[in-house]
Amino acid sequence: MGTDRIIFAVLVYAVTCIFIIGFVGHFARWLASPNPLKIPTGPAPVTQGGTALRVLSEVVLFRSLFAADKGLWLGGYIFHLSFLIVILRHLRYFFYPVPEWVMFFSEIGIYAGFTLVLSLLYLLLRRLAIDRVRYISNFMDYLYPALIIAIGTTGLIMKYVARPIIVDIKDFMLHLMALSPIPLPDSLDGMFILHLIMVLLLIFLFPFSKLMHAGGVFITPTRAMVNNPRTKRHINPWADEEWGKRLAEAEGKPDAYKPWSMEQWREKWGQK
Amino acid sequence: MGTEVEKNVEELIKWEKIKYEVPDLTGMVETPKIEEFASRKYTSQLFKNKDALQRLGYPIEGLIPDWKTKFLEKFDEILRKYRSVKLFMDICVRCGACADKCHFFLGTKDALNMPVARAELMRRVYRRYFTTPGKVFGKSLGAAEELSEELLALWYIYFYQCSECRRCSVFCPYGIDTAEITMAAREILNSVGLVQKYMHEIIDKAQYIGNNLGMIPDAVRNSIEFVESDLKDQTGMDIKIPLDVKGAEVLFVTPSADFFASPHIESLYGYAKVFHQAGISWTMSTYASEGGNFGLFSSNYNHVKIINKRIWDAARELGVKRVVGGECGHMWRVLSSYSNTLWGPFDFLDPKHPIPQHICEFTLDLINKGALKLDKSANDAFTVTFHDSCQVARGMEMGGSAHGQYEIPRAVIKACVNKYVDMPENTIKEKTFCCGAGQGLLGDDMLPIRVKGAMPRMQAVKAVKDSHDVNFLALICAICKAQMSKMFPTYGYPMEEVGGIHQLVGRAIVLGAKEGV
Repeated sequence: MGTDRIIFAVLVYAVTCIFIIGFVGHFARWLASPNPLKIPTGPAPVTQGGTALRVLSEVVLFRSLFAADKGLWLGGYIFHLSFLIVILRHLRYFFYPVPEWVMFFSEIGIYAGFTLVLSLLYLLLRRLAIDRVRYISNFMDYLYPALIIAIGTTGLIMKYVARPIIVDIKDFMLHLMALSPIPLPDSLDGMFILHLIMVLLLIFLFPFSKLMHAGGVFITPTRAMVNNPRTKRHINPWADEEWGKRLAEAEGKPDAYKPWSMEQWREKWGQK
Repeated sequence: MGTEVEKNVEELIKWEKIKYEVPDLTGMVETPKIEEFASRKYTSQLFKNKDALQRLGYPIEGLIPDWKTKFLEKFDEILRKYRSVKLFMDICVRCGACADKCHFFLGTKDALNMPVARAELMRRVYRRYFTTPGKVFGKSLGAAEELSEELLALWYIYFYQCSECRRCSVFCPYGIDTAEITMAAREILNSVGLVQKYMHEIIDKAQYIGNNLGMIPDAVRNSIEFVESDLKDQTGMDIKIPLDVKGAEVLFVTPSADFFASPHIESLYGYAKVFHQAGISWTMSTYASEGGNFGLFSSNYNHVKIINKRIWDAARELGVKRVVGGECGHMWRVLSSYSNTLWGPFDFLDPKHPIPQHICEFTLDLINKGALKLDKSANDAFTVTFHDSCQVARGMEMGGSAHGQYEIPRAVIKACVNKYVDMPENTIKEKTFCCGAGQGLLGDDMLPIRVKGAMPRMQAVKAVKDSHDVNFLALICAICKAQMSKMFPTYGYPMEEVGGIHQLVGRAIVLGAKEGV
């Protein structure tokens, strides 16, 4: 076991830290900016519970996307579901003994590997085929699907063609989990290393990219705000400061609208 | 250097009268192939009134010399103040779900009128100056862009080809609302001195004089007297429109266009008849003579707040128990969604009624109580359809229900007419197409873009005209009324086929039939 291969353990730890700090930091920066006004997009539920269900329906069913474009919904839904199942399948490398439910996902995860790659190919082709979507796409919009396709393909190759020694992977992972890292076992060769590096790259890029939609969808104000502005007063935390600034600006300028008091206005415009 | 820069950008966004074609009506809305810069020339005029710009707190000499610094300062400020903008900059995946949903894209075919492309104009700058990958990788890898006069010009042009109607937001899997982005962009443009004329002229008038049309109190009084005498001629009855009456039950606010514009004034007759017949004491106010609030159209919180203030000051001074708002889309959004935040709590008002209440809620409530007698046959000449105004349809609840804003106006119409039909399903309710002139695009200088933007709505009108001989488009928005009464003749239909819901109510109502509530 080459001791220089401890670098992989270091990489996994580093990327995990970057991911957690990046994700939490990004989320915290969103939360640091308040919602000054109520802006849910109608029709919006009028209760807290209904609003939670609305957000859940977006997260679980991609409800708005379904209304927008059925083909895109199908491709996107299959991709996300496959991705989730594939991740759950990989949990078997993190547990000993492997729980029953992980075994379930381990079974269907094989099929999900194929649908993952195929659905992404469809989404990628769609991006190229429709002039509107091609116009708005930038380099990263192609990179992420390409990267995940490559991850999925290397995974499938390891399943069907060049099978690595699973016990060695598991050994490596369980040591990482126990915070007593070991170098990557020598039996794990190019294909596995490629797979691992690409996964780490994806996790590394996640918090700095559009992939953060996975977090943002939970707090997006047009979906997550309750439709009750008339019955429950929403407070804008910076309103008073802003108002104070305006009053200070208007100070001593008779013609500035400050706001006018009613008397000043009447004086000027000749109200009886 | 300063003046040279200014001339450069102003050259790029120079307004000129251009020829435009009116799209053919087929009854169908088809997604076009994109055309780059197809509507690049449809710009709107800049505001040059220095006194007004001074009052608004914006630069008075056009684009300021060090505009890039100010631009980024303002951008940063908005990112810190509005979670919506901050979040929407980060989470778009460019899936294209919104791309074919915008009436301006469908009408102009211009690629930059796809909601996502419009927002990308802002995201390119955001990534370059506010994100690490954008700073490091720049233009190609980071899809980031340096500020330039060209980009600034595109901002001015395309953020004034958005009517903030929020249709894209309905379809976005993350609820990204281009309206929020457009509002922010406009305020950033304002802060560097590119102030659009039509919208800001009105924001100034509303704050300085008191209403969008710039009517002084005597002018308001004269209009109202004229309406009263007209009502007398029509009905032979003394139907009053009380002004500044202390102790009235209801303060009624409505867009100032209702005072004399056509077809708006027909709805004012309707409101007056409803109050008269219900026997509810009411008043309008010369101080709060405007319901509309153009402050909504940019992220300038104090503008929207000052304009909104008049209504609640007047309500307090007049000692009313209820506030009711007339037919206007963005007015209703500010009144219902923002008022409580801006100037609440309104504990001096009667909590038994919604605060504030929409005129359709008010009228339907009276109909349901049996306080109004309506003769549907008075409207038998009409087959009616209803255009959901964008700011109402995708705004807040009515009647305490998430779908009230669709059901209540329709219920009022159906109580007044025998023949009602809805336009195609994907053009109404939350999927409604904007009239094409909302949120600051109603100026005459923007006629080319208004005509293109109205196309999807006109196609839907054509569809029900063909299938059901529809000859009346009922509206609940002053801007929709102004736009549609211009677009109907433009597309070859009579102007008289456009009007407010309370125009129908006013015609159906049987005066003197009952005692009211």
